[in-house]
Amino acid sequence: MKKLVLATLALGSVITSASAVAAEEVNVYSYRQPFLIEPIMAKFTEQSGVKVNIVFAKKGLVERLEREGKLSPADLVLTTDISRSLELVEKELVQPIQSEELESNIPAQYRDPADQWFALTTRTRNVYSAKERLGKLPELSYEDLADAKYKGKICTRSGKHPYNVALVSSMIVHHGEAKAKEWLEGVKANLARKPQGNDRAQVKAVYEGVCDIALGNNYYMGKMLNDEKQIPWANSVEINFPNQTNRGTHVNISGVSLTKYAPNKANAVKLMEFLSDDVAQQMYAEVNYEYPVKQGVAVSKLVSSWGEFKSDTVALADIAAQRKTALKLLDEVKFDL
Amino acid sequence: MYSRLSFSWTASSWAFALLLVFPIIALVYEGLKPAEEIFQHLMATVMWDYILNTVLLILGVCIASLLVAVPAAWLMAMCELPGRKHLQWALMLPLAMPAYVVAYIYTDLLEYAGPLQGALRDVFGWQNSQDYWFPEIRSLGGAIFVITSVLYPYLYLLARTSFLEQSVSLMQSARLLGKTPTQAFWRISLPLARPAIVVGMSLVAMETLADFATVDFFAVNTLTRAVYDTWLGYGSLQAAAKISVMMLFVVVLILSIERYSRRKQKVFQKALTHEDDSRFVLLGWRKWAASLYCWSLVAVGFILPFAILINYARYYFAASWTAEFFQYSVNSLVIATIVALIATAIAVLVGLYRRLDTRPSTVLPSRLSSMGYAVPGTVLAIGVLIPFGWLDVQINDVMQWLGMKGPGLLFSGTMIALIAGYLVRFSAIAVGAVESSINKVSPSLDMVSRTLGQTPVKMVRRVHIPLIRKGCLAAILLVFIESMKELPAALILRPFNFETLATYVYQFVSDEMLEYGALPAIVIVLVGLVPLIFLNRSLEQAH
Repeated sequence: MKKLVLATLALGSVITSASAVAAEEVNVYSYRQPFLIEPIMAKFTEQSGVKVNIVFAKKGLVERLEREGKLSPADLVLTTDISRSLELVEKELVQPIQSEELESNIPAQYRDPADQWFALTTRTRNVYSAKERLGKLPELSYEDLADAKYKGKICTRSGKHPYNVALVSSMIVHHGEAKAKEWLEGVKANLARKPQGNDRAQVKAVYEGVCDIALGNNYYMGKMLNDEKQIPWANSVEINFPNQTNRGTHVNISGVSLTKYAPNKANAVKLMEFLSDDVAQQMYAEVNYEYPVKQGVAVSKLVSSWGEFKSDTVALADIAAQRKTALKLLDEVKFDL
Repeated sequence: MYSRLSFSWTASSWAFALLLVFPIIALVYEGLKPAEEIFQHLMATVMWDYILNTVLLILGVCIASLLVAVPAAWLMAMCELPGRKHLQWALMLPLAMPAYVVAYIYTDLLEYAGPLQGALRDVFGWQNSQDYWFPEIRSLGGAIFVITSVLYPYLYLLARTSFLEQSVSLMQSARLLGKTPTQAFWRISLPLARPAIVVGMSLVAMETLADFATVDFFAVNTLTRAVYDTWLGYGSLQAAAKISVMMLFVVVLILSIERYSRRKQKVFQKALTHEDDSRFVLLGWRKWAASLYCWSLVAVGFILPFAILINYARYYFAASWTAEFFQYSVNSLVIATIVALIATAIAVLVGLYRRLDTRPSTVLPSRLSSMGYAVPGTVLAIGVLIPFGWLDVQINDVMQWLGMKGPGLLFSGTMIALIAGYLVRFSAIAVGAVESSINKVSPSLDMVSRTLGQTPVKMVRRVHIPLIRKGCLAAILLVFIESMKELPAALILRPFNFETLATYVYQFVSDEMLEYGALPAIVIVLVGLVPLIFLNRSLEQAH
């Protein structure tokens, strides 16, 4: 009997830990990682009294939302790139929301004209170069990565990762499919090793001397400098903003969308507005070294030390539209194999 | 031979089996929809590489496990070595290590910047990676190494049990007839143990096929990764389901080989007394070589990675000793316990159904309940969501039709979906363990008890259940360990604000920062160790 009581108690604690009991709440499916999102959400709860329930996953949340249909408890989806945001729109899983605050906080190029997705931050796809072996490369362009002079010198994560898919998509937008494929073949031929690990692991590989050039988003530099073990990795590379002499550096976003059947719509909109406003924007900039979308919010000291740069102004929707073509090209050249 | 079982038994066997197989039927149904252009494209480009990699990985792991585990099992069962009492259970310890954790640790150790290569460079004065050759850990070979080092215990466990169950008199006869121990091994022990070895290898093969985290970490492109890519990259559930169906086909193939290999096996348990003095006593260098061999297996699969984990945890203790950590531990424990108990109950139900009703169709429920084993967790998760999502919609529609407010999601997105996902995936382990245990009960016992006028249900309670207790215990423990480690299905199916230890640890591994997740990883291992020690105790007492 005693055992039964104990078991019931344990089961009860598991179930209550998973259920959302607060009256005022909002439910979030997040592709973004806990360590960044949790402090921001805690701040929101502190200010508004609204409890935030989250499921974190790097994969499959859109598919779960799709399966749950109109019964889904999710109010918001946080994404890490434009393709995911557009996938939500394409699959008709989200709804438009008119909000003056969102409109004034987020510049027009960083939100859907139909108000179905909103960018919260932007991030650049940078090229890290070995400080001692290559130095800074101010003239470098993405196109140069296919140049034979970098043979055996490039490291990258899987080509299928959304960050790389978006970069390939942007190459398709600018040069067409055939040229983009040629470029991919060139880059593949230059790889020092099979694509593997995450963006940070590529910089580590430069530090170790495995390669001289690594592809990676801008904010990883800041994160590495914040981790005792990774400081030497960060110090072994220069961060470069490609294509400064022509179209500018490829930019992606992290975004938020309101789900079609959001059961807590009012709170969800409140949270969206909070995320686009000063406090949260500043946290994105300071904690995660991203570029805030709201004008007037300062980037972190470190990020501003890299200086001004020109970014590629091609419409994000055009890039996302090439996603499937980009994936096909990556398969055709067997980029990851 | 037997009178028909009561309707409720038959019905519940089929009902549970169908419940477990439903997610897979849903997937197959998706997979049978007309081939999309995307699937053609995959076949024309990368699919054959994926298939080849998968086959090589499975073959590699199976062969390596065979070479590693069977000699160890034989040494433990048949020979007297110094420290054998400790070794025989130590050899099972790697089973408690999640493969992706071991993968991370060996990468840290063996990669270019790791301490080993660093030391080699210092000693030999090499300057950079061009100066010497060192095997790349993030490769197919590396994956085979890591997966083998944590999965070989399955084979070891089954092979050792089989060796122990072999009649001592057979070995004594062989020795009396002038055979050396080696000859006795090849001509008596091995052929008799073959069915157990094949079962063990099929378990290893299916675990390997379903692995995602390790191959992902090592950038080995297998079918599991193809499924992820297709479904989550191209957004095509149909094509992903098609690949899953191909994988299911492989599972069915593996299972058939396993069945075929023991089609004539009818060896029933006898009261054996495996006296210790019947063991071969190894002398001289052989003794030490054998000990060293076994201990090195334990060292590679457990001691070394576990020591490194403890070292990580020491440095990052403050960061990981939190309230959440306790909650996640309780979550994992409770879920794993529930799943283990239900899976074993189902296994007993379908196993005995088959035993008591000898019509050929009665084998189906147990086969059906085993289908989910090799389906990658993420795919399985979707398979679970399809029927549950449908059910939720129906319930809510009916409620609304009745003029009431619908309850929302009752099944998908709750603990029920999570538990169902685990059950679909791990029932095969329970079914296998319980079934092999049932098969060892001699049919003559059934005949006797029926002759003495027992009803089938009474016979089950008074004869079968007591005799298969050990098998049930093994089933509960194995499912428990696997559920503690389960990852991909949990990632997708879990409710809001819900973490298990495995999802929590993986979050750090996938960010290449396992150091911060070392403490929860240690808990996964320790909690897995308890059942292993239990399991071993019960095996010991059996002999």
